[in-house]
Amino acid sequence: MNDFIDAFVSSIPIFTQGLLNTLTLTGLTLFFSVFLGLIVLALKVSKYRVLNWIASTYLAIVRGIPLIALLFVIYFGIVSIIRVDAFTAATIGLSIHSSAYMAEIFRSGLSSVPKGQTEAARSLGMNKLATLRKVVGPQALRVVIPALVNQSIIALKDSSVAAFITVEELFLTSQRIAAATFEPLTYYTIVSLYYLVVVGVMTIFAHRVERHYEKRG
Amino acid sequence: MTESRVRIRAAEKRFGDNVVLNKIDFDVGKGEVAVLIGPSGAGKSTLLRCINGLERLTAGSVEIDGEQLEYKEKSLNHIREQVGMVFQQFNLFPHLTALENITLAPQMVSKKTAKEAKEKGIALLESVGLADKINAYPSSLSGGQQQRVAIARALAMDPKLMLFDEPTSALDPELVGEVLQVMRKLADEGMTMVVVTHEMRFARQVADRVVLLSDGVIAEQGTPEEVLDHPTSTRGMSFLTQLQAELKDMEEDENK
Repeated sequence: MNDFIDAFVSSIPIFTQGLLNTLTLTGLTLFFSVFLGLIVLALKVSKYRVLNWIASTYLAIVRGIPLIALLFVIYFGIVSIIRVDAFTAATIGLSIHSSAYMAEIFRSGLSSVPKGQTEAARSLGMNKLATLRKVVGPQALRVVIPALVNQSIIALKDSSVAAFITVEELFLTSQRIAAATFEPLTYYTIVSLYYLVVVGVMTIFAHRVERHYEKRG
Repeated sequence: MTESRVRIRAAEKRFGDNVVLNKIDFDVGKGEVAVLIGPSGAGKSTLLRCINGLERLTAGSVEIDGEQLEYKEKSLNHIREQVGMVFQQFNLFPHLTALENITLAPQMVSKKTAKEAKEKGIALLESVGLADKINAYPSSLSGGQQQRVAIARALAMDPKLMLFDEPTSALDPELVGEVLQVMRKLADEGMTMVVVTHEMRFARQVADRVVLLSDGVIAEQGTPEEVLDHPTSTRGMSFLTQLQAELKDMEEDENK
């Protein structure tokens, strides 16, 4: 046990850099995937058939490809055309992957708001955008918060796949140390603890947010 | 006919082969209270919802104060600014307080300042007897209170016409009175109203004109006495018989 604690403490500086990269990668992924997801959703609910079709095709492709295959296609495929570094490629791949799920989450949120809410807002003369911003959007957001948190946790854990295209994040860090010290059990356990703690913090934060909204009934 | 607030001509609404409104002509004068009655499925709510474009007519036309309703965003919004609507299910915005429900549209649509909207909102809540519920969320209000907030919300836009779609049908019987009272006051103040309701007493006391719809056509219309006491059409008579049977049932239930 003492050996484990020693290993944990002495590896903190190395893992800290990996953790920062993981958090940055996850943060960027969430930002871009929410953005992309909203665009896909807008296409999906648009009144133009062509746009619906584009959105459906995008969703089918993204959901049908394993994340690691998507990352490899982007990294090794795009690198051969334009130069992108591994971190950028990972951000692009993870964002695309996550955006499909984000679109689905937002769609379920919107459809959870009763039609009467839109009718009431529109009857007051509010236009479509105002209705979405002030009436439907806020209610949909409350409904999707648990699913969004869940997707954020998945995105955090999925970011470990970026190790396979050489992004210096948490998991690659643990692989490097494990290989150098011949102590895979120790360092893969340590890296798991890092993930566990971050996920724990996210979960606590999520409960806070949910309770904040519940108060308003 | 410049006195018409609502002017509907040859209104037709069909869902596939199902004809819900069959070439209806319907007018409401300024300050008039028209009550739409009829068996369920007669097209009462559909006709009402066509007045502010929540439902689109398949054919025919709707005019509000001579302004033709077109199914374009701009026209719809302009008509709806002037036409208040109250729903069976209240449809208050659950994430906003009673006051915020009322002040939202005046700020978003009429570009009132927050202060103006708030002052007016508080006055309206007072007028519907809910001055103490300004900061209450809809979930903490009774059905009758929610519906009164919904009426105040519609009035905040200074409508020249109010539409009521079975405003008391979702309420517990003991809460119906407080909502009808607010509506009666509104009628007394000269508001033009079109009301779909099953409350025959309200129709009798408040309506200037009762319109009986049946199978997508106006079967009968006139003063409450004419339509409710001396119907001349077969449809009118059968509806009246049905009503009387229901009333009898209710009385028997009460006597149990």
